[in-house]
Formats: sequence, structure tokens, C-alpha cells
Amino acid sequence: MMDVVSNRSSALRLLSYELRDVLRGRWAIAYAAFFLLVTDAFFRFSGGGEQVVLSLVNVVLILIPLVSLVFGISYLYNAREFTELMLAQPVRRRDLFLALYGGLVLPLSLGFVAGVALPFAWHGAAAEHAGPLVRLLASGVLLTATFLALAILLATRFDDRVKGLGAALFVWLGLAVLYDGLVLLVAYTFSAYPLETPMLVMTALNPISLARVSLLLSMDIAALLGYTGAAFEQVFGGGFGSVLAFGTLLVWVLIPLALAFRRFSRKDF
Amino acid sequence: MTNVNLHLVVPDPLAVPSPERNEPIMEIFGLAKRYGKNEVLRGVDLTLRPGRVTAVVGPNGSGKTTLIKALLGLVRPDSGQIRFNGTELAPNDIAYRARIGYMPQAPRFPDHLTGREILALLRDLRDASPESLDRSLLEAFRLDPELDKPLRTLSGGTRQKLNAVAAFLFRPDLVILDEPTAGLDPVASVALKDKVAARVADGVAGLLTSHIVSELEVLADDVVFLMEGQVRFAGSVTELKDAGDGRLDRAIVQLMTEKE
Repeated sequence: MMDVVSNRSSALRLLSYELRDVLRGRWAIAYAAFFLLVTDAFFRFSGGGEQVVLSLVNVVLILIPLVSLVFGISYLYNAREFTELMLAQPVRRRDLFLALYGGLVLPLSLGFVAGVALPFAWHGAAAEHAGPLVRLLASGVLLTATFLALAILLATRFDDRVKGLGAALFVWLGLAVLYDGLVLLVAYTFSAYPLETPMLVMTALNPISLARVSLLLSMDIAALLGYTGAAFEQVFGGGFGSVLAFGTLLVWVLIPLALAFRRFSRKDF
Repeated sequence: MTNVNLHLVVPDPLAVPSPERNEPIMEIFGLAKRYGKNEVLRGVDLTLRPGRVTAVVGPNGSGKTTLIKALLGLVRPDSGQIRFNGTELAPNDIAYRARIGYMPQAPRFPDHLTGREILALLRDLRDASPESLDRSLLEAFRLDPELDKPLRTLSGGTRQKLNAVAAFLFRPDLVILDEPTAGLDPVASVALKDKVAARVADGVAGLLTSHIVSELEVLADDVVFLMEGQVRFAGSVTELKDAGDGRLDRAIVQLMTEKE
């Protein structure tokens, strides 16, 4: 019992110093400011709240994975010597891992949530569009958590920072850009066959596709779904489909996080 | 020897050993580590006793850094045993590290924290009370005015001073110093050497790596010569010196160039 209490406080102590470091670095603040400006601009130029959410979907799906990966992995490489110094102290690897991860997830998630939610509040659209807005924020936070977990995994896997950063960009390019083209190619090539199940599986295998499906399913705009989303809606319809998609998105946070933790625990620093 | 109280003290595995009991602070047996095909450590034995500084010397890539990292738990050895104050360490033991002061080579601290925050963090992690701290190096280095500046703005030498302060702050039983004076100005370098000598006289054990022969001569009592992951020589500085006609640098060069 004592043991558990002291571990938790050790992780929290480390986390409080790491948060200070990240916040003073101003990157997280700039990130929040960016979402603030973009969301506000969408309100001024595109009118209704529903349309603003829709315009933000693509920004969220492309930008959050990229920033989480690149910011996360650069931060971790910069903290490499400090990580070694901390592990030479009476600190459990688990506690340091949680502090490193928390120190990245919290500022980036909060920056995104604040940057999007505040313009909705001051344009008086938050209450009316609460449903789509909350889904957008939840997807953004889950994507942040997923791609920061991937960032720790890659930073722990590759000691060389150029290789690590290269691998991160490769992962981003694959999941955010190339994947949908691949899905479309499969759909086109095998269009004579029933493809619902393979399409569902392929969607579940990419957190960005999953987030897109779960967001668009909730917004009643089938035309924008693309092939993967169409298959999803056909099978599951509205409510259940988006619950399932969010559940799978959560699995997408936990699996890279578990793999990263395993690697971090066993690593030779 | 007539002190009766000594026998009433319950032995605490992490307690500071008294200098008159010459039991080793750290002992390692048969430590081995390989990275893929590369055998970095091949059965290294080492004993660190209170009041003695052991210098680990050897060419680059001989396994010095891996050895230090294995002692600290940063590297998981493939086989071998490490004992700290008589207790064998399990792979996930962390408490013993509170008794070690570690001064890594060329440290980098988080850019936006201050020196004061780093020292506070280290103290938080050990639950050490402010009164128990050894601040003498902080004063010797006159570091106080630098402690409130962001670490990214400090020079390499100033960061190295902070690193040295941290290694001695918690009155450790063992100090591990990896190239301690690299980057320090002569005044700070002398202050650090004086500090090491003073703590060692009080019964602290030291492990030192350095390429500066005069530093080894001043600080080290024993020398372990590591080459290709194996101990090729272990003995006192005096013994090694005698082998080099009274000169330590010559003896070390002889060891490095010697064929097997």
C-alpha cells in the first residue's frame, strides 16, 4: 500500500516539473493559439457551427497526428540525457515513463481543446452544436494520445534521432495520406466482390480513418464519407457505429502505449 | 572496539558503513553484457571499498560507460551479480540509487527549468530534508546566482558544476564520476578534487573515469584497466606506477599497447 502511494507521487512529482518545462517552451501555447485562430477564422468566413466542425475535421485529422509525432519525438530525443540522469536516481522506470507521456499528452490535448472550444464559446455556438463539438474534441484528444504513444515507441526503438524522426514522418505519411489511396485502390480492384468486412477491418487498422468515420457518421453527411465510411454506415448505422469507432480508437491509444512501455522498461539506456 | 552500542545497532542494508569496517560498498561479479554480436562486457569483477577511489581506465569503446550504466541500472546486464552494501540487487531495485551520487559526462538538463528546480526535483525524488543536504560545493563554485536562470542559457562548464553539486548534495555512500573535470575551469576543477578527497577521507567510495593522467594520480587509489570488456589489470596506483618505471602515464600506455 505504502509502495503504491510513494510510486504515484514520484510520477506526479516528475510530471509537475516536466509540465513546467513543456509549458515554458511555448510550443504548446503556440499550438493552442493556432487552433484558436483557425477556429475563429472558420466562424468568420463559413457561418454556421456545424460547418465549422466540418472544416475542422480535416485540420484535426492531418495536423494532430503530425504535430504529436514530431513534437513528441523531438522532445524525447532532447530529454535523452536527462532521462538517463533521472533513471540513475531512485525512480522507477514506470514512473518516469508516465511522467514523460503525461507531460506531453496533457499540454497538447489541453491546448487543442482550449483552442477549439473557446471560439465556439465566444461565438455562442457551443451549446447548439455540443454533440459534434464534443465528438471532435474527443477524437482530437484520442489521436493526440495515440500519436504521442507512437512517438515514445519510436524514440525508444531508435537511438539515432534522424532515424527516429524519419520513421515518425513515414508513419504519418502512411496513415494520414497514403492509406486512403490504398483503401481506394483495393475497393476499385475488387469492386466485383462484397467488400464490407475487409473495408471495416482496413478502417479499424488506421486510427486516422477511424476518427474520420466516427466524426462523419455523427454528422449526417454521407457524401463526405469516402468508401471506408460508407461501408461503416451501411453496416452499423448511426449511434452504434460511432460508439464502436470510439472504442476502437481507445484500443489504438492503449496498444502503442503498452508496446512503448514494454520497450522503455527493458531498454538499455 | 569496546563500544557496546555498536552491537545493539540493527544492520540496515542501506546505512552508511563506518570507515573502520572495510566491507565493500559495491561488489560486482562476472558482469557480462552484449549488444547483438558485440560483447561489451565479458565477465567483469570490481570491488568498491569505503574510503577508496577506483579509476576505471581503458581505450574508447572498452566498456567503461556500459559498466557504469550497469551499476546504475540504466543497462540490464545479461549475467553477473551486483551487491550494494552487502545486499544483492534485483533487476528492479531502485532504493540503492538514493545512496549513489552520479555525475554523468556532459549533462543536458531540460531547457526551460532552472538549476534550483533541478536540485529541488532531485530532492523531491528522495524525500531528503533541506537540512540534510551537503551544499559545500554550491558555495565553493559560487553557483547561487546562476541557479535561477533557465538551464539552456548556461554554459557547459556551469552545467557541469551543477552536475557536480547534485552528485554530492545527498551525502552519498558512493560517487560515480564520469570525466568529472572535463569542461570545468581550473578553480572549479580544484574545488571538485578537494571535495572528492574530503568525502573519500570520510569513508565514501568513488568510481572515476578520466583520460587525464594527473587527475588519476591525484584522486585514485586503485586502478582497473578495462580492454575489450575484460579487466586486464586491477591493483593500486602505486603498483601500476612501478610497472611504468614510476610514471603512471607510461604504465597506462604500456597496458593499452600491450598484446594479449
